Amino acid sequence: MMKMLTIGLNVFREAIRDRILYNLLFFAMMMIACAALLSTLTVGERTKIIIDIGMASINFFGVLIAIFLGISLVSKEIDKRTIYTILSKPVSRPQFLLGKYLGLSITLLVNTIIMTGVFSVTLWYVGERFSANIFMPIGMIYLELMVMTAVGLFFSTFTTVTSSAIFTIAVYVIGHLSGDLREMAKRVPEVSKIILDFIYYLLPNLENFNFKGYASYMNSVPYPLLGFSMLYGIIYIFFLLGFSILIFNSREFK
Amino acid sequence: MPVENKDTVRIESSTEKAKTRSKAIEISDLTKEYPMGLFKKKVRALDHVSMVIHEGEIFGFLGPNGAGKTTTLKIILDLNRPTSGTVTILGRDHRDLLVREELGYLPERPYFYEYLTASEFLIFYARLFGLKGAQARAKVNSLLERVRLEEAKDLPLRKFSKGMLQRIGIAQALINDPKLVILDEPMSGLDPIGRREVRDLILQLKQEGKTIFFSSHIISDVEVICDRVAILHRGKVMAEGGIDDLLQMPNVVREIELKGLCGEGERLLGSYGKVVLETSDRFLIRVMSEADIEHVLDIARKRGAKVVSIIPHKQSLEDLFAQKVIGERG
Repeated sequence: MMKMLTIGLNVFREAIRDRILYNLLFFAMMMIACAALLSTLTVGERTKIIIDIGMASINFFGVLIAIFLGISLVSKEIDKRTIYTILSKPVSRPQFLLGKYLGLSITLLVNTIIMTGVFSVTLWYVGERFSANIFMPIGMIYLELMVMTAVGLFFSTFTTVTSSAIFTIAVYVIGHLSGDLREMAKRVPEVSKIILDFIYYLLPNLENFNFKGYASYMNSVPYPLLGFSMLYGIIYIFFLLGFSILIFNSREFK
Repeated sequence: MPVENKDTVRIESSTEKAKTRSKAIEISDLTKEYPMGLFKKKVRALDHVSMVIHEGEIFGFLGPNGAGKTTTLKIILDLNRPTSGTVTILGRDHRDLLVREELGYLPERPYFYEYLTASEFLIFYARLFGLKGAQARAKVNSLLERVRLEEAKDLPLRKFSKGMLQRIGIAQALINDPKLVILDEPMSGLDPIGRREVRDLILQLKQEGKTIFFSSHIISDVEVICDRVAILHRGKVMAEGGIDDLLQMPNVVREIELKGLCGEGERLLGSYGKVVLETSDRFLIRVMSEADIEHVLDIARKRGAKVVSIIPHKQSLEDLFAQKVIGERG
């Protein structure tokens, strides 16, 4: 565990010394703060606008950070050969991979906390209180980010940075449209239906983590639904990391 | 059962002392094939390589670029998997994580986390060995002093010169006070002073009782500091043994200088040895046997040429390397 934590904290240290992270975080905070300004243009619904823009910003910038840091987690180590010295120490390949995942999860957690902090200050500025009805959906956004990090990490164990980026973004887009995919499957011939159903079950259904609608109207998220989504996310991450370890274990570093 | 390459020169009488020592690394019958190209045609990078590196010795692993040195080192470290063959390190299978507790490794042209300072970088590696707090800091400070980087301890690695990077790389390889140090081209890209520093460090490590296995294509460095060497070419071990033994080959090598052959030396004598130099006045030939010496002198006398000198030629490691590698190419 100590080795995984050491590798994880190094990932965190790398991220916080990376200018790209600060730029993304700065834009996210600007977006959230601008929500207060935009909301003045509407009549009524002011809080809803702030919550919608705020949560969309946390989600969008979180996914950007997850994808772009996630895909380079392993491939950059291989390209730059830094992995050679780490794996020549008493560190197993699964420890290395899980350490990397842990590090990015910590980075994303800190980012989400910072963005949530700015978001709650913006809400406070317009006289609204940050409540559990907002906190729960943000928690689920974080779970979605962890799923996307695992997707990025999975691809980066066997492809290049560019291919990983393309595949991970494709999974993100399809993952949010998988409900439509299911609908489409009902109206196409049998062969296409099997393919579409296969894609639906294989790729993550990211809409399972989307509770932003509840937050917009300050409604509480039903606990069974929340529980199902959490379980779904955790199982999905578990399997993705398992497959990543299997691939990474058999990989050669030429 | 290890397969002995017919071209391999193995000096069995050599390094009797080494034989009594325990084996630090034992490579047996190692073969590595890579699928290449569209049709995944198999290319053999290592061909039944067998070697033994004994504890406490400096072992040089020589070979031209692309000979398979780095592939061998990567297999030893389990970064690459062999097609067949086995590797044992300090009596354990090389894949055993416990082996790494006793091992230090510097890769070729190392690239490290450039966002870390020198001391942060070494503390990171110290933690991978379970060293913490004051213990880790003390170890890091002593290593920085050893590689003369104590003044650069708070400098990010991105500002390091090539020589400094090589030194910090050696420091990370020594963080666990290893019994066995594997260095891949440690002198490559260094200026003469940097090379000398690395050479001195390797000799110091030997004095401390460590085993050093290093690959290089700079023959002079290997000749100066190694106890034993192996020459690898096209994935095969062409020679292995103690340097002194390898260079005392039974061949009688003489350089004969003649005058007065009027530029006809090569035509007349070329078949008896290796022509080193031929001008209109001077002719220099390296001859490998007593019989050939007699032939050369005989012909020279008949042509009225003057024998300027006959000098016994001490074979250098470079000669042996050229003989094995270029001979194979030719």
